[in-house]
This record gives sequence, structure tokens and C-alpha cells, in this order.
Amino acid sequence: MIIQICVGSSCHLKGSEQIVKLMQDAIAEHDLDAEITLAGSFCTGQCNRVGVTITVDDDIFTGITPETFSEFFRTNILSRI
Amino acid sequence: MRKFDTKVQHLKYKVLREVARQAWNDTLYDNLYEIPKMIVPGKIPTMRCCVYKERAILEERVKIAMGGDKSNPNIIEVIDIACDECPAAGYDVTDSCRGCLAHRCEDACKKDAITFDHNYVAHIDKTKCVECGMCAKVCPYSAITNRKRPCQNACKVKAISINEDNAAKIDDEKCIQCGACVYQCPFGAISDKSYILDVVKMLKSEDNGKEYKTYAIVAPSISSQFKYAKLGQVITGLKALGFHTVIEVALGADMVAQKESAELAEKGFLTSSCCPAFVKYVKQAFPDMAKHISHNLSPMAMLAKYIKDTDTKAKVVFIGPCTAKKAELQLDTVKPYVDSVLTFEELQALFDSKDLEIETMEEGVLDNASYFGRIFARSGGLTDAVAQGIKEQNLDIEFKPCICDGIEECKIALIKKSKDMLDANFIEGMACVGGCIGGAGCLTHGPKTKSDVDKYGEEAMEKSILDAISMLK
Repeated sequence: MIIQICVGSSCHLKGSEQIVKLMQDAIAEHDLDAEITLAGSFCTGQCNRVGVTITVDDDIFTGITPETFSEFFRTNILSRI
Repeated sequence: MRKFDTKVQHLKYKVLREVARQAWNDTLYDNLYEIPKMIVPGKIPTMRCCVYKERAILEERVKIAMGGDKSNPNIIEVIDIACDECPAAGYDVTDSCRGCLAHRCEDACKKDAITFDHNYVAHIDKTKCVECGMCAKVCPYSAITNRKRPCQNACKVKAISINEDNAAKIDDEKCIQCGACVYQCPFGAISDKSYILDVVKMLKSEDNGKEYKTYAIVAPSISSQFKYAKLGQVITGLKALGFHTVIEVALGADMVAQKESAELAEKGFLTSSCCPAFVKYVKQAFPDMAKHISHNLSPMAMLAKYIKDTDTKAKVVFIGPCTAKKAELQLDTVKPYVDSVLTFEELQALFDSKDLEIETMEEGVLDNASYFGRIFARSGGLTDAVAQGIKEQNLDIEFKPCICDGIEECKIALIKKSKDMLDANFIEGMACVGGCIGGAGCLTHGPKTKSDVDKYGEEAMEKSILDAISMLK
């Protein structure tokens, strides 16, 4: 599974760095290093008022914040593994 | 006229704008021969002897705006009919010479080239004169002037000579494409070829991002440009042109600083590789030193490579102050990553070809890089970034940089190094005086450009290089 976190200007200013950190920790916690390739991406053209855009394989999810991250990870990542 | 330093730039801009406008409308080939007339209407000449010559020269400018002579790989070209064939006499004594007693000029001349007539007036023996300029400097009446051609004066690598027709001629081997002659020729007789049509075509054919996405990557020196608008408005303007997104090349600079500091620690001596004009100069004038050039890609190519790794269908257009980047684009190591290059002059023409008033637009955001990536735009910035890279990575090396501001200083450092007399282990080579902010493709050059760059650097959210690139793994 390829997960791309947007590091374009807009997402960046809304905290993509923090999301990257959370993602790395979550991957380590569930020992998913072998299953998941984590990468950056630039703007997917979905700039939002809140949160960061994450692309999982071909699906785009927007508005992820540190508060909604664990829910996102559970429903959209763990469920697909 | 607020947009440019000179009327020559303004004229070049009008041609580019018109060519681009016709291209957007798919009418370029219908109206090709009308463009000179659109720019110089009527019968009264405003620049040259007659409107016919003005238009003939404009035809040549249109050709260059459309990519120029394809058989000539040099991206810098002379428009021979535009060359005014300036007198090329070098140093001359003028009527202001008073035939004084002191004769400082005579003492200053190390070549015994100065003699005096029966009125004690100075004369310069051209066979002995080496054009060092010392006599002109010491004359209290400023009676000695340099009548060397502006293009030859500007060309510090001595690539310009005079051909049999008395027009300027470029030695393509020696030329480093820095663009100094383009900016300095008062008649606009030397120009950099434009890829503006390639970019219009790219933006027109992407079908709103369905076919592919076009990324604009902007050089950090943009912070000193388009001062009639805010940087955020320039970003919005770029998107209005059809670019999918805008990314700072300063992020590529952060990547370079990180790798270059590690490479320096490993090799012990290094020259920078960011400035394509400097790199070409080392290769052609000091081939033995070429092995010391950093093996890293330039920030432009580094970032473009990263983009293409994440989006394989991406098209990448570099926008910056630099004419030499257009030559870098032709290198086999860069070609796969960068699709085209525009200068800030050309971007202004592109905005206006679509009648975009960027100063009225909303402000977009641009934030990808650190303070250190952003200050690459000015002389000394790269060195500060490498010093920071050494610190952040705890590298075991004593950093002794030699900052070369302009190709003349580069030359001195390279000569010293080749004679083993340089007390430094890193050469920062920038061909333009002041660094990239002195580039020939800038709209304006001014005393405040350096502080503009520093201010923009300080606004970066990331304070360290590692912060900026940590997310890119």
C-alpha cells in the first residue's frame, strides 16, 4: 500500500509535518513497515480549509488533522491491510 | 515602466507578450508577420533610423521569442542587425586632459603605454595597453574613459569579440550563458532564446490536469521580484495561468545543502554545483578542477526529480532569474526532470498575455522550504546553508568557505586553487554579482533585493534544513 501525505504549501501550513510524524509512529506501532510505503506528494488540487490531504493508493482523503488522525488510520488504513 | 530596469527589457517583453497572446488564441501563425507592426505602428520611428529597420529587428526578436535559431545550441544569440557596432576603442584620453604636471596616469601604467605630446597631453599606445583601467582610475579630471563595448565589458569570460562586419560575435565554447551581455547591451542586440511557446503549449494541452499536471517551480529570488504585487498574488497568478501548483525551488536547495555538506565532509574539497554558468565555466576554463564540482544536481533539478518521482506524469517548469538555466535544461542529467525554463521577464509577459492583473488577486500560499533554502538566492546564502548542514548532521570537518560573488571572483579562486594557494575547502561559485538576484532574467535589480531575500527567508516556517526535508523521505 502506498500512502502519500501532501507536503504542498497549503497542507504544509496546516500541519502535514505533524501528520507525517503521527503516520510514522502509527506504522511503527502496528509493525506495518513491510506493507506500507510512506511518501510525500505535492498538491492534489483538493486544498481545504482544515487539515491535510492524504492519498492512499488511488483514493484521496482530505481534511485530516491530528485530532481525526487515529480514526482515519483505523478506518482507512488498517481496514485495508 | 515600474516593471523593468530598462526600455530594452520592456521591448523584449512586448514581443514575448504578443507572441504568447497569439499562441493562447491559436493565431500565432496567422499573425506572425503582423506582430512587428503591432509593436511599432505608424510611420514615425521611435528607436532607430526608420520604422522598417525597427520592424526588421522586431522580426528577429519574434524569432527569438519563438525559440530562436534551432541550429545554434547556444541559448544566447546576437541579433546582428540590431547591433549598433559601437566604437570599440578601449581606453582613450579625452579632451578633458589638461596636460597636468602630476601625470598620475603615467605612474599608474605598469606597461609604459602612456606618452605625452608637446602640450603634455597624455596619449595611450594601444599596442602596449592591456586595458587594466588604472590610468582612468587615478586621473583627477576623469579625462580617461573606457570606450570598450558594453557587451564586451559585461562578458567577464571574454566570449565576445567583433566580427568582420563590426558586429558582436559570441564564442559559443566560452560562453557560459550568464546573460550579462543580454542585460547590458544598450541596443538589445543580444538576447536569450525563449521557451515561452513550449510553456503555453504545455498549459493548453494538459486539459485541466486530466492529461498531466504542470508544476511551476520558482526560484527563491522571486522574493525580490514582482514588487508591485505580493508574493502570494504571484502564486495565484501562476495558478490562473493553468499551473497545477507552485513549489519553491528553495526546497530543492535544502536537499542540496544537506547532501553537499555530507559530500564535502567525505571528499575534503568541493565547489558548488548550483549555478550552471559557474559549472560550465569550471569545465571549459579549468578542466582539471572539474572533478571537484559537487556531484549533486542543482536545486532546480533535485526538486524536479523529486516531483517526477511522486507524480510520473508531471511536467515541470522552472521559473527564475537565470538565462543559464535554459542551457542547464539541455544537459542529459537534467533533461529527464525539467521540461522547460522561464525567466521572470517571460513570466511577466505570460501574465500580461492573459491580461492577468495579479496585484488585484487573492493571495495564495507558498511554503515548502527553510530559511537556508530560501537564502540561496543571494551570494553567501549557499555557504550559510552548507555550514548549517554540517552542524545539523554533526559532520566532522572544519568548514573553510570561499564565497565568490560574480564570475570574476570565481576565476581568482579557481586560479588560486589550481596553484594550490587557496586557503579554503569549499568554493561557492555564483556567476552573477550578488548571486541569483543579480541574474539577467530578473525584471528589476535594486539595492534592496538582498534584504528582500533575507526577509523572505526569515518568514519560512521551518528554521532548519532537516525540518524542511524530513517529510520527503
